[in-house]
Amino acid sequence: MSVKVLSPGLMTTIQDMGRPGYYHLGIPIGGAMDRMALRTANLLVGNDEGAAGLEAVFTGPELEFTGDAVVAVTGADLPPKLDGETMECWTSFAVKSGQVLSFDYLRSGARAYIAISGGIDTPPALGSRSTYAIGALGGVDGRALQADDVLPLGPSAGSAAGRSVPQDLRRTPGNPAELRVLPGLYWHRITEDSGQRFFDETWKVAGEADRMGYRFQGGTPLDFIGREPPFGAGSDPSNITDACYPYGSIQVPGGTEPIVLHRDAVSGGGYFMIGTVISADMDLIGQLQPNTPARFVRTDMHGALAARQDRARMLASVREVLAP
Amino acid sequence: MTSRYSFGGDEHIFVEVSEDMSLEAFFKSLSITNSVREAQIRGVTEICPANASFQIKFDPDVIHPDDLMTELKRIEETAEHAEAVLATRIIEIPVHYQDPWTNETLMRFRERHQDPESTDIEYAARINGFADVSEFIAAHSGSPWFVSMVGFVAGLPFLYQMVDRPRQIQVPKYLRPRTDTPKLTVGYGGCFSCIYSVRGAGGYQMFGITPMPIYDPAQKVSYLKDFMVFFKPGDIVKWKPISREEYDRDVADVEAGRFMPRMKDVVFSLEAFNRDIDGTNAKLLEALNVR
Repeated sequence: MSVKVLSPGLMTTIQDMGRPGYYHLGIPIGGAMDRMALRTANLLVGNDEGAAGLEAVFTGPELEFTGDAVVAVTGADLPPKLDGETMECWTSFAVKSGQVLSFDYLRSGARAYIAISGGIDTPPALGSRSTYAIGALGGVDGRALQADDVLPLGPSAGSAAGRSVPQDLRRTPGNPAELRVLPGLYWHRITEDSGQRFFDETWKVAGEADRMGYRFQGGTPLDFIGREPPFGAGSDPSNITDACYPYGSIQVPGGTEPIVLHRDAVSGGGYFMIGTVISADMDLIGQLQPNTPARFVRTDMHGALAARQDRARMLASVREVLAP
Repeated sequence: MTSRYSFGGDEHIFVEVSEDMSLEAFFKSLSITNSVREAQIRGVTEICPANASFQIKFDPDVIHPDDLMTELKRIEETAEHAEAVLATRIIEIPVHYQDPWTNETLMRFRERHQDPESTDIEYAARINGFADVSEFIAAHSGSPWFVSMVGFVAGLPFLYQMVDRPRQIQVPKYLRPRTDTPKLTVGYGGCFSCIYSVRGAGGYQMFGITPMPIYDPAQKVSYLKDFMVFFKPGDIVKWKPISREEYDRDVADVEAGRFMPRMKDVVFSLEAFNRDIDGTNAKLLEALNVR
């Protein structure tokens, strides 16, 4: 049982929950940018939550099935079509052998997650099927899908079509999107006024927005507190002696355009960071299109952990709704 | 050296051992991260040592961030007194300086450079006070280098020049990063040399290229069959300048599965190094060159 790629879409990659444990060598965790969406899609088709599915950016692929399967599409509002007939997002549907799955145009969001019963069964690399294209690791030969790729599927216990999750369990960013940030790391390098302005202003997602990181534009450049450059750092006030970068950390090269590192983050480098987007809001970033207005909202550790618990409760509800 | 601790969101603790790069800061970071690994703290998922800092990733559902912070500070107190001695290896890395591929690339990005009228290596030679490029290459390839961090992208080593500070080469990064860097470019930024493990964006000055792959996800390269990443922190590197003919021969050897980097096991003591830098380096190179 397999799926043949008739056309790949703009950028469609195989993703699961990633490969922890190699960040110290510069190999990032990777995996679905919107993890909750992929988990939900998998549960809808009766897979393990962490099974490998497809992450389609802005446009969908065209896929031909060589056997019967159950499919669900979550995340971005990118309506699936089965032999031309529009199907519901966030709802499982049956696909017969020989049928073709394609997609309508993107209504909202940025990344759709396509789960197929049995899960995609390409060979894992370092414990994960996630595609890390920069390092040519995972996925199909370490790259995004291409026409004529054949994706093997795992065995499936089977699942019912027509299962769905209620609206309040489908998380999407607001407008402006609000990303909660724990200030820290090199926050002390900028003036208090500058830090306050960073939170007060509305930013916009820039064109450079991918699995490695999201760049934001439109706010005022940061004001640095003066210093003697540390040995090895470099002369720009935004330079540091090359260090590790947390996932979600916000670096501001030259003090101008903040970049939030995401699942395929570079593991380190020489730019200072002013804080970190909290774990509960990382999924939202994966659903932001270029030009989307966004606000950074200051929080503290207590707020970050409470938000994380909210997400855990939401996932528990999804599991309960979709329990076999 | 007083370490500075900070939370990186709810899943990371970031520890800056020193703002300035030094081998002392590197060894302190390595020593603490080794102790953290040995402590097998529940909830710790990634331990990443860097040049003069380190980062711990954890699951806050398993360990409260404040508890982990307390535990790390406790570990730092005991790790601080560890002896800075490392059983490691010295590796000879061939470099074709001023090669056609990095040259073609740097010409494409001249408007992002401090000095559009010269090449990266001419610029680096001039601002570091060398009479010409050959003198600069002699300095870059003359002393050993210490791998003080692996990262940025898959398997990329940051290398720290093992000479006293007045002799250390320092070069700024590009004004704006390039969108392209050839695979296996030998680069330079701040006080660090590096080898770009894969093709991609980069801001370091480009001096040359090595024929020796250092990352191979397919694990076909003979010396990367056990693991796809070649470098680890603490490795010592000696650059060996090679001609275009030697470069072509090495590339052919890599492809035929015949290439094996020259390397030897050595013990590095920071205290011995600080006492006699040139003497320690001479011994390291002697060990490398023993047949």
